[in-house]
Amino acid sequence: MAATDLDRIRALIASHKRWDTAFAVLGFLALMVGVLTFVALFLDMTLKGLPRLSYEFFTSFPSRHAEHAGILSAWVGSTLVMVVTAVVAVPLGVASGVYLEEYAAKNWVTDVIEINITNLAGVPSIIYGLLALGLFVYQFGLGQSILSAGLTLALLILPVVIVATREAIRGIPQSIREGAYALGATQWQTVRDHILPYSSAGILTGMIIGLARAIGETAPIITIGALTFIAFLPPAPVGAEPPFLNFEWLTSPFTVMPIQMFNWTSRPEAAFQLNAAAAGFVLVFMTLAMNGLAIWLRYRLRKNIKW
Amino acid sequence: MTAIATGANVSAMPPVPRAARLSGRRLRIVRERFIESLLLLAALVSVFTTLAIVYILVKESVVFFREVPLADFLTDTQWTPLFDDAHFGIMVLLSGTLTSSFVALAIAIPLGTVIAIYLSEFAPFSVREVAKPFLELLGGVPTIVYGYFALLFVTPILQQLIPGLPGFNLLSAGIVMGIMIIPYVASISEDAMRAVPMSMREGSYAMGATRYQTAVRVVVPAAFSGLASAYILGISRAVGETMILAVAAGMQPNLTFNPLEPAATVTAYIVQVALGDLPHGSIGYQTIFAAGLTLMLFTLACNIAGHVLRRRFREAY
Repeated sequence: MAATDLDRIRALIASHKRWDTAFAVLGFLALMVGVLTFVALFLDMTLKGLPRLSYEFFTSFPSRHAEHAGILSAWVGSTLVMVVTAVVAVPLGVASGVYLEEYAAKNWVTDVIEINITNLAGVPSIIYGLLALGLFVYQFGLGQSILSAGLTLALLILPVVIVATREAIRGIPQSIREGAYALGATQWQTVRDHILPYSSAGILTGMIIGLARAIGETAPIITIGALTFIAFLPPAPVGAEPPFLNFEWLTSPFTVMPIQMFNWTSRPEAAFQLNAAAAGFVLVFMTLAMNGLAIWLRYRLRKNIKW
Repeated sequence: MTAIATGANVSAMPPVPRAARLSGRRLRIVRERFIESLLLLAALVSVFTTLAIVYILVKESVVFFREVPLADFLTDTQWTPLFDDAHFGIMVLLSGTLTSSFVALAIAIPLGTVIAIYLSEFAPFSVREVAKPFLELLGGVPTIVYGYFALLFVTPILQQLIPGLPGFNLLSAGIVMGIMIIPYVASISEDAMRAVPMSMREGSYAMGATRYQTAVRVVVPAAFSGLASAYILGISRAVGETMILAVAAGMQPNLTFNPLEPAATVTAYIVQVALGDLPHGSIGYQTIFAAGLTLMLFTLACNIAGHVLRRRFREAY
């Protein structure tokens, strides 16, 4: 009797352990679905797109002939839009983050702001496009310009920058603040000389992740009416004659990398789809490089700082 | 002698008059207040953004609903806003959105949950350290690239498996969308499970439970509110996704719940109109705001549902 009971218990334990192994294998396979998809996506684009990547591809305008078409206007447009986005989103986001962590009182205004930021992070990006179409393009009369696009993407990544800033600030121990106050510093002096420098790496990480997201956004920029075929460049931001800087480029029509890729993807000719693959390769490479940089920064940060 | 010398030293550095000291302090307080209000203003930009979104969507939609009765908008089974015989049945677009989202979630929720359980309860430290950043990278790939992948890589494969599948279809877009959403679901679910205190697992192991039993019967129920918000986030991602559908699902309005057919979604329709040249203020122009408002209400409902679920099932430790 006792022996058979023991066997039954052993069998039970063995079957339970089999579930353990089965689930570990299942989990690993599920993870591999993600990994393999990514590998397939990257390989497919590399194999199709790499032959198209040449110096001319980066220095030619789009063209009706697939083999002469390039991404010059697209990458210049993307760069300029990113400049506007960064200039608007970073100061606003950092200021909001600092306010919420260092200044905000516990009252309903703060609650409203916090709930609002959480909700904004969940709003589909195309809704931002509609906002920009109604507000920036028509209400403010900015037109379908680089400025409109940059502002739109700035609002889109604002929650990312705010959340990153807050997390970076939250990591600073209270004793740093107390030390500053004990020496007679005002709140702003504490923030300027201690809080901001110590959280700058974390903020930088958030900014890079935000911009990496903005550079791949297509829907909001299509919605404000960016053109898909641009065979000229916006006026140069720097000139040889005084005043050296001009801001005409802000109001110029433009196209960006993802829109150029969308345009080529939706054409039936296979030759243009190769161009799309090449543009996609550049785009993925850029976002991966930016995200990789951010992850690396965060990793180094975690290692180096010991309060 | 010494006392006189000290006195001379002190008088050599005259004390700051009281009034000047106070005005310096007042200036400092004013400057501090000024900076604080600047920072508050920056924080309020996000609130203004929300208000502006609501204002724009409602303002343009009101004009639209003056022309098209709400009942027609909700019940009409045709969506042909740009034809002479115009019909505005949002159901047609919603059917595409719901079908593609359903396909996406049928992939993202099971896979995302399994990955999260695996990473949080089973995976060795080294696997987790590599997998988490990798999932983040996967979430960072631009959606237009996924659209390309759906149309030119996944659809041809599916066409081999399912003969007669049209070049544009909701299935391929939905599958790729699901894979795109996996990182979001997995990462939030994993965070929720890792927040479950170790003592609960230890209690379970002490009772003789295996890893699998602990994960499924102790950790998952304890982290349920976090899982629910991960799923809700997945749903709102799927509903709001645009480029994958605009590229791979075609832009033909089609009242169908069959993922094997091409169909336009709410988001793809907005893109289609924006690509064309619609004059500002025309009825076609206003349809995209009505469509956007529908989308916004849908995601708002998701957010509220998530909030209620979190409240309801939150376990405090």
